[in-house]
Amino acid sequence: MDEIQSLLGGFAVALTFKNLLFMFAGIVLGVLIGVLPGLGGANGVAILLPLTFSMAQTPGGTTSAIILLSCIYWGALFGGAITSILFNIPGEPWSVATTFDGHPMAQKGQAGEALTASFTASFFGALVAVIMITFVSPIVAQFALAFGPPEYFSVYLLTFCAFIGMSKEPPFKTLASMMLGFLLASVGTDTVTGTLRFNFGSTLLLNGFNFLVAVIGLFGIGEILLTLEEGLAFRGRSARINTRVVLETWKELPRYWMTAIRSSVIGCFMGVVPGGATPASFMSYGMARRFSKDGARFGEGKMEGVVAPEVANNAAGTSALLPMLTLGVPGSPTAAVLLGGLMIWGLQPGPLLFVEQKDFVWGLIASMYLGNIAGLIVVLTCVPLFAAILRTPFSVIAPIIVVICAIGAYTVNNAIFDVWMMVVFGVAGWALKKLVYPLAPLVLALVLGDQAEASFRQSMIMSQGDLTILFSKGLVGSMTTLALVLLIWPLLMWTIRRIRGD
Amino acid sequence: MSGGSEERPALRVRGAEIIVSLVFLALGAIVLYESVRIGVRWGAEGPQTGYFPFYIAILVCAASALNLVQALLIRPETNRAFVEVGQLRTVLTVLVPTAIFAALVAWTGIYAAALLYVAFFMRRLGRYVWWKVATVSAGTVAVLFLLFEVWFLVPLPKGPLERLLGIG
Repeated sequence: MDEIQSLLGGFAVALTFKNLLFMFAGIVLGVLIGVLPGLGGANGVAILLPLTFSMAQTPGGTTSAIILLSCIYWGALFGGAITSILFNIPGEPWSVATTFDGHPMAQKGQAGEALTASFTASFFGALVAVIMITFVSPIVAQFALAFGPPEYFSVYLLTFCAFIGMSKEPPFKTLASMMLGFLLASVGTDTVTGTLRFNFGSTLLLNGFNFLVAVIGLFGIGEILLTLEEGLAFRGRSARINTRVVLETWKELPRYWMTAIRSSVIGCFMGVVPGGATPASFMSYGMARRFSKDGARFGEGKMEGVVAPEVANNAAGTSALLPMLTLGVPGSPTAAVLLGGLMIWGLQPGPLLFVEQKDFVWGLIASMYLGNIAGLIVVLTCVPLFAAILRTPFSVIAPIIVVICAIGAYTVNNAIFDVWMMVVFGVAGWALKKLVYPLAPLVLALVLGDQAEASFRQSMIMSQGDLTILFSKGLVGSMTTLALVLLIWPLLMWTIRRIRGD
Repeated sequence: MSGGSEERPALRVRGAEIIVSLVFLALGAIVLYESVRIGVRWGAEGPQTGYFPFYIAILVCAASALNLVQALLIRPETNRAFVEVGQLRTVLTVLVPTAIFAALVAWTGIYAAALLYVAFFMRRLGRYVWWKVATVSAGTVAVLFLLFEVWFLVPLPKGPLERLLGIG
């Protein structure tokens, strides 16, 4: 059991006083981010990324930096549920499904039970995903060591086709927003030949569009505009969690073991394949309702209806790190931001990470276990505090968030132009979100654009422009085929429905 | 129509869809034109610079053309409001100051701009009394300064005010 050995080594790396401190700091910040409107996992991590630049220079600093950032992510995954349950406002898109039964529970005076159930479920989902990462990622990494450009391109193709096939949004809108991401990624320097392109003589566009700026604008400013529009009434339920409520809820939870297992499988799958946490939570809520004995009473405040989406979204959010670590292909926007961080610190994500940066990888994996335990402790004890922060009037909190977003956008490249771009992306995010254009594929395409292009062009050079190289060997061929099946999936489903005549 | 003028749609979904797909189409067309100009064929060492973006631009144009057609097919009875007048006003009261704030950063640096922005927001939208406005905005700026410049050593843009105070 090499993995156990490596994992123990990882615990030795992660369990220093400094790293534990970062872990708790990250969780608290993360929950805060998850609770505040306009700040989410992706842009929260993006804003705090610059703070780690100097930290990563010190020996062992990259491990501390990734622990801080990934714990912010876990915190945000936990925290999204607080606003959903108490205020019926999902703090994160992936906690929308939690509002269906969570808020009715709070209205019945069971806010404490709902929160405990959701936190415990989140913890369970994350734990399953971390265990999967521990044992599956070394195998995937081993496997991926032999990857050449065609294999990589087929992985990217699979990633992007999965978005079109799996997302709930209209397929052509998904395609348009994804391709816009690729377009924006191609501006600036051509990474293969080093020549400039699409900057139209402007020096401001020399560096192209940075995805961190896009993330901050699209998700941060865009979200604030949306929140404003829907009115600012934060009229929530108060909640206090005491030991009695926690223990009683824990006694009830084992009854939903089947839901928990089903949801964690859905979550892990949707996280690895970049479907993402949001569809995973909806899917498992739907499945739980279908399979539950009293599925008809879902929506009236059933604890099972809180457990299902929360297990799934944390499992998906966590397992999105698997492809990021092993292949350098993130499964979610937040994982993409973490990937961006790794690259800025000078680490090359991908299979070699498992060989060359053992301490880093296993330190991170160990910190996932510890971080989620820390997360559970923090959220169970600090709910009243976070709920109080939510009662801060929007007219105070919103400008502060915008200022923090602006600082985050500026520090990416020390460019004021990026602050302006952030505002532009903010307006775009507001409009696109209202017209159900998905934003996650745009961000992922922006992150992976250069690498996808490089691997495609290298494959073409290898084959002298022959596209059949993508079907040449067993592995490449099957991945490309799978990608194409996923791509035409919506069309297939539509045809089947047409033939059946409903 | 029972709703007042505030609930009147400022823009309907069909119009918004058309605008967005036209923007996509325009961006795609620009890149398409430019990639043809810089070369989409094979050079001496393989594909030229415009090779990959060319196909991406074609996909953008195709997808947004389809979205445009779908938008044109939206029937009047299903044409919901994209944004109501009142909503648009709220959004603009935030967006305009935010844009001014972003423009101001280039000139005054981030701290002075943030001070003005937070103060404006609280006074105008929150209608707070002046001493609260002053405390919160100054406090925010002070915390940000300590956090970035002092603790994490991340220099942020500064302007004439900081130079005057001798910390620029």
